Amino acid sequence: MLQQSSYQFSYRRCREQDLPDAAIAHHPVVVVGAGPVGLTLAIDLAQRGQSVVLIDDADRIGEGSRAICFSKRSLELWDRLGVGGRMVEKGVVWSVGRVFHGDSELYQFNLLPEDGHKMPAFVNLQQYYAEAYLVDRVQELPLIDLRWRNKIVGLEQHNDRAILTLETPDGSYRMTATYVVACDGARSTVRGLLGVEFSGQVFEDQFLIADVRMTAEFPTERWFWFDPTFHAGRSALLHRQPDDIWRIDLQLDRDADSVEERRPDNVRPRIERMLGHSNFEFTWISIYKFQCRRIDRFIHNCVIFAGDAAHQVSPFGARGANSGLEDAENLAWKLACVLKGSASQSLLESYHIERSAAADENIRESTRSTDFMAPGTKQQARLRQAVLALAKDTDFAKRMVNGGRLSKPSIYETPLSSPDTDAWNGGPRPGTSMVDAPVVTGDGQAIYLTDAFIRAGGGFGLLEFAKGAALQLPDQVSSIRVGTHAPYSDPRGLLAIRYDATPGSAYLLRPDGYVAARFRRPTPAAIEAAVSRACGHV
Amino acid sequence: MRLVTQSNFSNPDAAFRLVVEAHRGLTDEQSASLDTALVLILANQVGDLEVLREAIALAKRHLVGDPSVRGAKTI
Repeated sequence: MLQQSSYQFSYRRCREQDLPDAAIAHHPVVVVGAGPVGLTLAIDLAQRGQSVVLIDDADRIGEGSRAICFSKRSLELWDRLGVGGRMVEKGVVWSVGRVFHGDSELYQFNLLPEDGHKMPAFVNLQQYYAEAYLVDRVQELPLIDLRWRNKIVGLEQHNDRAILTLETPDGSYRMTATYVVACDGARSTVRGLLGVEFSGQVFEDQFLIADVRMTAEFPTERWFWFDPTFHAGRSALLHRQPDDIWRIDLQLDRDADSVEERRPDNVRPRIERMLGHSNFEFTWISIYKFQCRRIDRFIHNCVIFAGDAAHQVSPFGARGANSGLEDAENLAWKLACVLKGSASQSLLESYHIERSAAADENIRESTRSTDFMAPGTKQQARLRQAVLALAKDTDFAKRMVNGGRLSKPSIYETPLSSPDTDAWNGGPRPGTSMVDAPVVTGDGQAIYLTDAFIRAGGGFGLLEFAKGAALQLPDQVSSIRVGTHAPYSDPRGLLAIRYDATPGSAYLLRPDGYVAARFRRPTPAAIEAAVSRACGHV
Repeated sequence: MRLVTQSNFSNPDAAFRLVVEAHRGLTDEQSASLDTALVLILANQVGDLEVLREAIALAKRHLVGDPSVRGAKTI
């Protein structure tokens, strides 16, 4: 009944396994874990010219749809990595969420109410598709050496390298690495080997996930219920996935017997009550509890943690996989710069600063959602009840109703940003992710700023609103010049509005698309100083 | 301290009476629900997290047996 993963890969013995112990191979970067985060990181590194060994202890893509909501930010990253179009094409695009109490609608929200963005607010896509597309992309990149069924069983750290012991079907072998990136998930083996502990909150509440196949006419929206008649006293969530699959999340009692609850005979009547018919089949059923927690330091000498290996959140808000992908994007350019010698190791420290703060934000948001869904005491339940009741008549209470606050890219308070020195009445401030807008190329092609950023080569970019002659830019900065006599134009004026731009204004974009600095009247010296700062040279 | 602790009412007895009267004839459970809704409505009226935080601290000062406010009376 349950859908098996159709993506099976084969283990291949690699030549290194035959090397004598005295001649073990050295690699600049070894990424552990070929899930969405590890695959994305490896691709980003390879596109930056960095060779990478990617190992995974399995040889197939995991079962079940798991993470299904991929954010605009993740899609923009994947677009840069050459797989965004495929994800959107296969995925189910959505931007509207509705929240119900009982059987009546409390409110709805639209995560992307304006047009002029290349990527949608979200797509829903089974994690196994996302991983399969990433693996396809990996296979186009000769700089990535992907090794299935290579399980890390030993990790020793020395001053300038780590020694890894890997177990394969042909026995074990060793390799050394300048950096090891642990993307090996919530039960990270690397974390276990280093003895790094999580701290945070473990929730006792249990949730049932059921993926059902049916043809239905629900709109493509995120629907969330508090206390629906089909599941009294609890919450429920409905999401559409590709292939006529629907994700249903049902909150269970804390003391529910998880083995009993997941039996299809027991799940079926619940779903029948919800749908009002029995014309569906299960493709996946799972029960989960979750944690909101993180490790203290994301960097332990030459071992760096990313994704679930570093932090975990509740699923309400789509903050798990998306924040892991943001980790990968944040780390890739920094690691590539440090390995190339164009930045000092202090740049890596900013990965910890930026992404641990993002993890704290994600943990805070998802903990609040969870607490709202599953109040701990009688009075907390009463407060929840009062908010839901008042939400029918008042705006203030509507806005307290929390059925998940959906993932948005974090704003970094970071030493890499140059603080504003000019006056701005809008636009993304330094430390903020770039905002997309339509632009038109010299030959009349309608594209987006995110496309222009990709065409600029993936390094630093200067978005310049032309006034007079083009600025002289440092070698590592590419120009994205917009104006009447420039390579790009902004006929709708949306770009200028979204960046609060006047002629001459310029935004310095980091290789991960974050704003490093902005200027009303940029000078080569100011740009150079901002680039230097964004490379960790303070 | 931004929380106002001097009386804001020209007729404090009437204000207290109004709150007390609201509970007349209610069961404890109903009273608890009423107070809960009032807290949320009035918190929104205040609209200031800092004031709310100070109000919670003041309200907790004389709470008996709350582990989170042990020793709070000495502040």
